[in-house]
Amino acid sequence: MNDIMLYSLITLISLGVLSAVLLYFVAQKFKVDEDPRIDEVAELLPGANCGGCGYAGCRALAEAIVKAESVEGKSCPGASEAMDKIAELLGIAAPKAEPKIAVIRCHGTFANTPKKIDYDAVASCAFAHALYAGEGGCPNGCLGCGDCVASCRFDAIEMNAETGLPDVKENCVGCGVCVKNCPRGVIEVRHRGKKERRIFVSCVNTEKGAVAKKNCAVACIGCGKCVKACTFEAITMEKNLAYIDFEKCKLCRKCAKECPTGAIWEVNFPEAKKEENVEL
Amino acid sequence: MRLKTFKIGGTHPPECKFSERAAIEELALPTRAVFPLGQSLGAPPVPVVQKGDAVKVGQMIAKGEAFISSNIHSSVSGKVVAIDDCIDASGYKRPAIIIEVEGDEWDASIDRSPDLKRTIHAEKEEIIAIIKEHGIVGMGGAAFPSHVKLMIPEGKKCEALIINAVECEPYLTSDHRLMLEKGEELLVGVKILMRAVEVKKAYIGIENNKPDAIAHLTELAKGYDGIEVVPLKVKYPQGAEKQLIQAIVNREVPCGKLPIEVGVVVVNVGTAVAVYEAVQKNKPLIQRVVTVTGKSLAKPSNFYVRIGTPTFMLIEAAGGLPDDYGKLVSGGPMMGKAVTSLDIPITKGTSGILLMTRKESKRIPVQNCIRCAKCTTICCMGLEPYLLSNLATCNDFEQLEGEGVMNCIECGSCQYICPSGRPLLDMIRTGKGQVGKIIKNRNVK
Repeated sequence: MNDIMLYSLITLISLGVLSAVLLYFVAQKFKVDEDPRIDEVAELLPGANCGGCGYAGCRALAEAIVKAESVEGKSCPGASEAMDKIAELLGIAAPKAEPKIAVIRCHGTFANTPKKIDYDAVASCAFAHALYAGEGGCPNGCLGCGDCVASCRFDAIEMNAETGLPDVKENCVGCGVCVKNCPRGVIEVRHRGKKERRIFVSCVNTEKGAVAKKNCAVACIGCGKCVKACTFEAITMEKNLAYIDFEKCKLCRKCAKECPTGAIWEVNFPEAKKEENVEL
Repeated sequence: MRLKTFKIGGTHPPECKFSERAAIEELALPTRAVFPLGQSLGAPPVPVVQKGDAVKVGQMIAKGEAFISSNIHSSVSGKVVAIDDCIDASGYKRPAIIIEVEGDEWDASIDRSPDLKRTIHAEKEEIIAIIKEHGIVGMGGAAFPSHVKLMIPEGKKCEALIINAVECEPYLTSDHRLMLEKGEELLVGVKILMRAVEVKKAYIGIENNKPDAIAHLTELAKGYDGIEVVPLKVKYPQGAEKQLIQAIVNREVPCGKLPIEVGVVVVNVGTAVAVYEAVQKNKPLIQRVVTVTGKSLAKPSNFYVRIGTPTFMLIEAAGGLPDDYGKLVSGGPMMGKAVTSLDIPITKGTSGILLMTRKESKRIPVQNCIRCAKCTTICCMGLEPYLLSNLATCNDFEQLEGEGVMNCIECGSCQYICPSGRPLLDMIRTGKGQVGKIIKNRNVK
């Protein structure tokens, strides 16, 4: 009886010791070195996995940052202050990233683009886009079914029941997921601008002026007045549609005054009263 | 006797064939005809006329140069006023040729006499060449170029020709009237097609709700070798190619393959008559029968229309736009597409114009899925529409492909039967489009 106990104990203990030694060497051999900083960096990121940085998710970005030991060319649209903290943590210089925001380049509200047809199929822009031109007849404008709202991970965009267009809220981080999900390419990510002031052409219609105007009161008709008015060569005209380059634009507001249809949209500017108010 | 039909799924929506007794009337000439270039499947043809050119009836105005593409001929005589973008049925602008009508001068080579020409002189290659030249496309709705269908690929053999005379879509009666009024022409057309694909046997599949057409064609077919009229049980979507093949010859077309895989070619009734006119009378596809119908329409009719005629002309001839008009559908109520304007032209694939009342055109409010499985029972392809639509909603394209979304024939039965009014087909279509793109990209790589 005692013998059996003894032998079993000896066998088990020796097996245990043997496995422990074996495991120790295996662990040494196949050791994976993970930089502990990756976890720390990932902790600082928002964790929304929006993909706006160009990486598969927040952790992938953290790995890339730590591996490169630099935040150059890598930015988290979700939290610009996070990048500063990360740079501080890694002891490197923080890049200057211009904060961005998504803008809706369509102003075809119910008032501006009167409904010609009623659409009551599924509320999906992707489906509506494949089906027809739109309730107002504009083949390029917002369809108002809210695919952008559904895609937003930051709850920063919502449908406005009065206008039938999406509104971008101030907490938008400019990750660009809505841009990818808009079948019409109505949304664009632009610089937030000085004091949150922005100027952009709120239209993406590429039809000829007369045709575009027939469907929408505030369509860009491609007249080119803004191009002439711009002293910074920031405005280009392509396919009957003006485009303001936000890198070059100095927010002088000259173009908006020239636009005959009011397609150029000014955000957060004070009411134009005197010339002094104009920011240059 | 038990009537033949396909095996899985299917339904029988109310028939509403109001225009079934209305004889085909020839419609007056339009003042302006519009020919969208992309009116058949495949690459759009290239215009061969210029602005200002005078054209005759039957003159080619656009030539299909790609393999899957088809020619377009002018259905009117007059002057080309523009080759420009024009609003099509969806509201988008697509290139089109616009002709201002002056008189009615036909191309001299077209035989306009009403006499029946029975003897077929043309041989196999010649027939296919004529069909290609005369721009014949499938007239059931999809508008697939017919010459492509008739060219049997190397190593395959066609064993039977099936003539699709099912017309399972409610409301539509154009094929029905064509069978009654142009029965002989149809049978000669079938004979020509039989020669083109080298078969000894042709079946004309007709649903049992058209007993007059079945009796008429059975009587006429006695004078023609190898043509058999097959009465079918009334069930939607029997007019779909795969379902019809299963119903008549009991063969199943494999996923993603064409009917020739099982040795069958399917051609629509309208196409067979057009083939007769092309081969025997040298007349290109410039006219077709269009049903104009609707519950509140004064005079539901069948019109023999020149291609390119604007839709409002047909509606006026059928008694004008009713007061409670809600939606205009090009095609039948199940698979047709709502159109955005009354100006859109009749194309080669327009089989009907359906005016829905305001009440009919509104969808019922969408509610939650109650798991009644009606959509699964009705699906004629054995798919699970509720699952497919959910997968499409959450963009799970990988699983969507695995669940066989590419097999969906978009017949609309699931959406029709859903008691919760869920937009099943809408979402499946969106998902199918995406999966189609993914597969295409994969194959390119």
